[in-house]
Amino acid sequence: MTPAVEFRGVSVRFGRTTALSPLDLTVARGETLAMLGPSGSGKSTALKALAGFVVPSTGRVLLDGEDVTALPPHRRGLGVVVQSYALFPHMRVEANVAFGLKARKTPRAETARRVAEALELVGMGEYARRYPRELSGGQQQRVALARALAIRPRVLLLDEPLSALDAALREDMVAELLRLRAELPDTTLIYVTHDQGEALALADRIAVMRDSKLVELGPSRELYQRPSTEFTASFLGASNLIPVEVIQPDGTRVRLGDRELAADPSGTFRVGRPVALGVRPHRVGITAADAPGALPAVLRGVQWRGTGFRLDLDLDGNEIRAEVPDVEGLPSVGERVGVSIPDGCPLVGIG
Amino acid sequence: MTGLALTAVAAPARRREKRPGHGWLLLPPVLVLLGFFGYPLVLVVLQSLESKTGEFGLSVWLDVLGSAEFRDAAWKTVALALGATAGCVVLGTFLALVIAFVPFPGARTLSRLVDTVLAFPSFLIALAFTFIYGSAGILGAGGFLYSPFGILLAEITFYTPFVMRPALAAFGQVSSAQMEVAASLGAKPGRVLRQVILPEALPSLASGACLTMLLAMNEFGIVLFLGAKDVTTLPMLVYGKGIVTFDFPQACVIAVVNVVFSLALYGTYRRLTKGGQRAAVDQA
Repeated sequence: MTPAVEFRGVSVRFGRTTALSPLDLTVARGETLAMLGPSGSGKSTALKALAGFVVPSTGRVLLDGEDVTALPPHRRGLGVVVQSYALFPHMRVEANVAFGLKARKTPRAETARRVAEALELVGMGEYARRYPRELSGGQQQRVALARALAIRPRVLLLDEPLSALDAALREDMVAELLRLRAELPDTTLIYVTHDQGEALALADRIAVMRDSKLVELGPSRELYQRPSTEFTASFLGASNLIPVEVIQPDGTRVRLGDRELAADPSGTFRVGRPVALGVRPHRVGITAADAPGALPAVLRGVQWRGTGFRLDLDLDGNEIRAEVPDVEGLPSVGERVGVSIPDGCPLVGIG
Repeated sequence: MTGLALTAVAAPARRREKRPGHGWLLLPPVLVLLGFFGYPLVLVVLQSLESKTGEFGLSVWLDVLGSAEFRDAAWKTVALALGATAGCVVLGTFLALVIAFVPFPGARTLSRLVDTVLAFPSFLIALAFTFIYGSAGILGAGGFLYSPFGILLAEITFYTPFVMRPALAAFGQVSSAQMEVAASLGAKPGRVLRQVILPEALPSLASGACLTMLLAMNEFGIVLFLGAKDVTTLPMLVYGKGIVTFDFPQACVIAVVNVVFSLALYGTYRRLTKGGQRAAVDQA
């Protein structure tokens, strides 16, 4: 099947700065792809190149197999939602949503019907006569979604759509987006974010970006559980990277301190190069300092996070984090504790 | 006058807190205002109510308002001001659009240059025009400069920056995200301009237009300098009556009419700038 979206060696340069290194990426129809990365990673630039807001320096952009690199944005037919909502402040909500339909010369009755439908879809039907300034941030973003959906785009681009909202509202909106997702099975969604939680919740596949490059691409679950790069491991799962020594050349057994562990060599690494175990904070076990098999560590700090505690530990010179449900029986800060690392953690090359 | 234009554009909504017990601080400025501005204005109004024979009444007013000379001047003043405003709005909006949205090297320099023009005295334009288009000027175009069209052209040249400045500020506030989203929704550049950019800049454009109208109506330097023969505007008429023929009461009547026109326009202008600020705040 022809992919809904295809980047073929698309790069973007502004003068001497590279905003996006050559990117090859395909997105299937109906798929949700998250582009995840810190700011400056090129994810928004890729989206802009797809929407036609920036002209790629090299490469081609294809929609449904058709080369649209030279087409202006108004002929690409994509839905776009941005972080700042970008609602038209002088238009009522209904006029905002009708904007795209009017630009397409949709008949009046049809326009009215589809505006109502789109507003209903995002639960904003009662606000049609309001001005954007009379709405809260979350409501404005719903209107922006309705406006993008009213033209029934085959591809919907969301550029950090929830970043301007506060935490509780963000979670509601993720649920809302999941519901929309289910109602629009044929719409391809490309979701740009720096929030790994949103990416994991929404995406079928995640493209991890860094320094204007695509670092890793794969199904969300796989990237989370078996990251193959150091960056993915730390950015997507907030994993501790604990340097280890490879015992078996295939990387299935490693040595950490005086302990031998089974490892899952998910990434590429070369013998003789430094490697590390990616250990999620909640998988780090805390035991008494003299417990059998425990690795000696020093407790550096304790933070109460409501649902549990976050511990900062010094494990043989490495700063690691652990998450535990309670601190009953734990020694005080500055004293020694035992740390246990489970078998089967992913092994990635570092440095 | 330049100050006016700039506050209109940039003035943030200032909230004055009322501090009780310091009312006497207001006294000196109020006295100065009354003494140097209020008193002469009252004198002008009183003078206008005094006929040549010293009677108090509306006779001079009726004389002046009934005269063809006055009506002609009033009509010319309004027509010239309207024409200059229309010209400035069209030209100023167009130039501001180009500077704001068409990327070209030197756009910033050009917009600085616009600010500089705001600081020039208006007769400088008239003088420059005389050198270029005057009967002994470079182009030797002769007659046209001394017709109403010469004045119109000079006023448009001089006052266009007064529209451009607020227009540029307003266009700068339309976020690129809005234009991008509008384009992605299928709007061609023309539609984006008509339905997104211009409506959002409308309050600023209107206040710029109002200011231009206000200033053009009171324009004296350009009209005097170009010395167009059959073009007498209200300020010119005040000058003629007051300084040339020493008909003070009549000059005062015309001056009062001119002041009323200006105040009405200024009121409109204030209302519009307030609207503009509200729009700007909503945007942010």
